[in-house]
This record gives sequence, C-alpha cells and structure tokens, in this order.
Amino acid sequence: MTKKVGMVSVGLTQFQRRAKETGKELAYYSAKMALDEAGITRKDVDGVIIGSAPDAFDGVHQKHEYLTDGSGGFNLPTMRGYVGGGTGVFSPIQGWYSIASGVNDVVLVTTEEKMSSVQPSSQAAFLTIFDNMIERPLGPNLVWIFALEMRRYMEKHGIPKEHIASVSVKNKGNAIDHPSAMLGKKWTLDEVLNSELLADPVRLLDISPVADGAVSFVMMSEEKIKEFGISKDDVAWVDGVGWNVDTTMWTNRDLYYPKYVEKAAKQAYNMAGMKDHSPEALRKWLTFAEPYDPFNYKELHHLEGLQLFGKGKAPKAAFEGVTARDGDFPVTPSGGLLGVGNPIAAAAGMKSAELYLQLTGKAGKRQIDGRDMERGVAQAWGDLMQVGTVLVMKGGRIE
Amino acid sequence: MKVRGTKLTSDEFHNKVIAVKHAPEIEYDWATGVAISKFLKGLKDGKIIGVYCDSCDRTVTPPRMFCEECFSPMSKYVDLPDTGIINTFSIAYIKTDASRVEKPQLPAVIDIDGTSISPSGFLHLLDEINPDDIKIGMKVKAVWKDAIDRTGAITDIKYFKKMEDA
Ligand SMILES: [Zn+2]
Repeated sequence: MTKKVGMVSVGLTQFQRRAKETGKELAYYSAKMALDEAGITRKDVDGVIIGSAPDAFDGVHQKHEYLTDGSGGFNLPTMRGYVGGGTGVFSPIQGWYSIASGVNDVVLVTTEEKMSSVQPSSQAAFLTIFDNMIERPLGPNLVWIFALEMRRYMEKHGIPKEHIASVSVKNKGNAIDHPSAMLGKKWTLDEVLNSELLADPVRLLDISPVADGAVSFVMMSEEKIKEFGISKDDVAWVDGVGWNVDTTMWTNRDLYYPKYVEKAAKQAYNMAGMKDHSPEALRKWLTFAEPYDPFNYKELHHLEGLQLFGKGKAPKAAFEGVTARDGDFPVTPSGGLLGVGNPIAAAAGMKSAELYLQLTGKAGKRQIDGRDMERGVAQAWGDLMQVGTVLVMKGGRIE
Repeated sequence: MKVRGTKLTSDEFHNKVIAVKHAPEIEYDWATGVAISKFLKGLKDGKIIGVYCDSCDRTVTPPRMFCEECFSPMSKYVDLPDTGIINTFSIAYIKTDASRVEKPQLPAVIDIDGTSISPSGFLHLLDEINPDDIKIGMKVKAVWKDAIDRTGAITDIKYFKKMEDA
C-alpha cells in the first residue's frame, strides 16, 4: 500500500546564459522559494532529492556533494538521481517514491544545472556521453545525433519541415509569459526555417539554448498536507509515474520512434488507473502536456511516444494549432526548453513545475483558460537517446 | 511570481568578474573488452565483425559479449561484408567544440549488410559524395586505410562511399 503524495509548492530561478551565482547558490534560491511558498522551513523537511546532469559541465565531480547545502540536504537522507536530460522529471518521481514508500513525509526536491562554466562551449563536455571506443574517435557532437534522429523521423513519415518549425514559433512565443524565460519571443515560421544551418536538418532556432538555472519542489504525504493545513487548491497530486531506459546501442534501434517513452507513459497511465491508451481517450483524460522539447521535433516525437497522437500525426496537429495554449490540447504552455531555456536537469524540472502551476491555477499569464484543469503529463528524455521519464499529476480538487 | 538570479553578459563573464580557471589534464587507457576488442582487431584486418545469438537467431554489430535481449552469452563471431545502407545521416557544419566548418562532415548510421535486425550497425562518416545526393536507403561501402596504417580503431575505415553499382 503506497501513500498518496502531493506537490505543494515550486520554486524557480531565472534561467540565463551565464549566471553570476554558483550552482549551489542557484539551488538555494529555488529551494528557499519552494519552502517559502509551502509555508514551511528546512526543519520540517525529512528527505532531500537532488537532480543534476553531467558533472562535466560544472567541472566539479560528484557535484551532489557540492549541491547538498544549497538543496537543503545536509544531515538528512539526501539522494541524487541522474538520467541525463530525463532527470528533471525523474527527480519528482524519486520524491514520490521516497514518500509513497513511507520512508519520508516531507521531501524537498531540487533540480539544478550550471552549463556556462565549461569553455568555450558545452559541446566539448557532451562528447563524453558518446561511446568511448567506437564513437568518440569520430569526433561527434550532440547536434549530430539530434540531426540523425530528426531526419529519420521526418523520412519515415514524410514530415514537412514547416510542421516541425511551428513548434519553435509556439514555444518561444509561450515563453514570453514565463518569468524565468531567457528567450521568449514571437518568431515567424520563415525566421525559424531560415535560421543558421547547423547540422542539416537542424537549424539554430530548432534548438533550445544552454542555460544556468534551478527548480525545486516540496512534496508531502497526504497526512502531512492535512497536518500543515495546506488547502487542496494548493496541491497537485501525483497520479502516475513511469520511467524506462532503452539499450545504449542507439545504432541498433530505429530512431524514428521512442519506444522507451511509450513504455514509461503506459506505466504512468496504468498506475493512474487509465487503461485506455488511445490518443483520443488520453487527450480527453489529460488537460494538457509538457513533453520534453530540447529540439522542436522532439516535442512531436515525444507526443507520439506518450500516445497523445498517433505515429507521424503530431506534426500536422501542431502546425494546425491543436497544441497552442488556447488550442484543443495545449502542449508546452510554459514555453518549454525552446523558449524558457535548457539548463538540463532544471529544464525538465521547469516542466514538472508547470504541471503544478497550471493545475493549481498559479500560472499567471500562461494559465490555460476556458477549461477545468484536471490532469497534466510532463515527460523528459535523456541519457544517450534512450530514457523516458513520465509524471502525471492531477489537480488538488480532483478525487 | 518573483524569480531570482543575476545575469552576466559575455563581457562581464570573461573580463570583469573574478573567475578561477582550470583545465584538467586527465588521460585514460580503456581496455576494449571481450567483444569490442574482436571488432577492433577485425577492423585492423580490414573486416567488419558481427556476433550471432543462438537463442534469438539474430546477427548484430557492433558485437557484444552477451545478448541484451535474452541475456545469454554470445560467442559466435562472424565476418560481415563491408557494405550496408544509410539508415539516417546529417550534413553537419559544426564540430565538437561548436566551431563551424566550411566543408561539412557527413555523419551517418550505417545499417551493415548481413545483420538480422534493422538497423544494426554503427555511426560513421560519408565522403566522396555530393551532400545533396545522399539519401536514406542508399547502398554504401567502406573505404579503408591502407593495411599498414590501420591500428585497430573505428577510424581504420576512413569513411563510407556510395556503391558504384547501386
Ligand atoms: Zn539473444
């Protein structure tokens, strides 16, 4: 019998290309804000989760040691989980099971990334994720593998680039209303399509910017939520969680479809009691989605892995406005990594935070209106194109 | 919602604030293991090596010591042809350090002939082709370094090129 777990607050820093603050200081900002928003102090916390991606960015090995103080974790059961880009959704999942299992009652979760330290760019640090024996000698970079996957996806379904580019226009536009955003701006489709060519078919405005930032959450058991007298209106309940990792041999898989995201999503939906995995049923059951969008095509790829659109069907739907913030099925109302920025672990942390903010009606100018905010799904992706992490949350008033 | 964080401009970051610089010097020698050492020895000999799983009845490359599907040991190494088809590719204008190049690099996943899942192959580079002519599904063949220059590395194959008779 697992305990019911709710998220009761979030804290975010500004996302930016170069922060003056250290990673630890950024973690303090977001962790402190989450505690203040929940109306509790560090003394009330009995467990801490830290999520942060490759140490190579910071140049500080085992950086959870370094981040412990900023995350409020010293003298507490503190744990770091790390699945690359998938971390920001994996961290609240870890928060969930540390409470659901009965080990902890009040958990402070912090996701942090500081990417500006590595010189001259983060690309050199990304090299270390490739296979050390038969890939690194070829001099790969991260944009290559996105370009390879994007082309495979486009070729398989005959997807026009315009449909994919529309995701950049939408998300960077949505980000104008996000207080943490570094790149909120109204771009035209032509500007995205004609931006600097990096690795065909990937262009500059198809990509999210590297960033420094942190995002935190406070999660509690239902009993503690009652004990602290926290209103149901301020709670988003964890409804389902799932995660899945595929083989690291990515050249032995067809990249056009993220099977591991499908498996993670179905795990989460089943846990939430949702057995009908058809796109129509899921889009009715969920009010909105925050899939991982480090590149514009990835949002579409992941919507299909999440079973929210059939294979090859997401691009046209996005192009036609179905996934706009005021569309039939809003996707990435936050502005996403493409617009708010991509401090890796904190970026997907921001997506998890958006579930909370939308479901509790606290998303400000980004608030999806005209409908009951029942349920949302956040998803992240990482490691070497192989991990899917999925979090479904429902509004505090939904039984 | 008020969020915190202090922005540094590029000029402030590189010239105005006190920064501590460090360039680590670390070297690694990786033993290449049971399976990849066979693969690399094969490359030195001008061959692409795969491995066969009895219980799954499938041949894959790069070879591994155990089958990730059925978790049985794999020890039947097989010689594969040095040909395959382009599973996907890119025309890349940026290098590992994010600097730009004039002549694009042409990374591709090559689905090696003689394997029994699709794709089964590895990342490599294309050359001797106009980038505009590259297509998914195109048949390609390895172009090897001279035997005397081969060291047992993935770069013993210089690149893959379009097969003339395809
Ligand atoms: Zn097998």
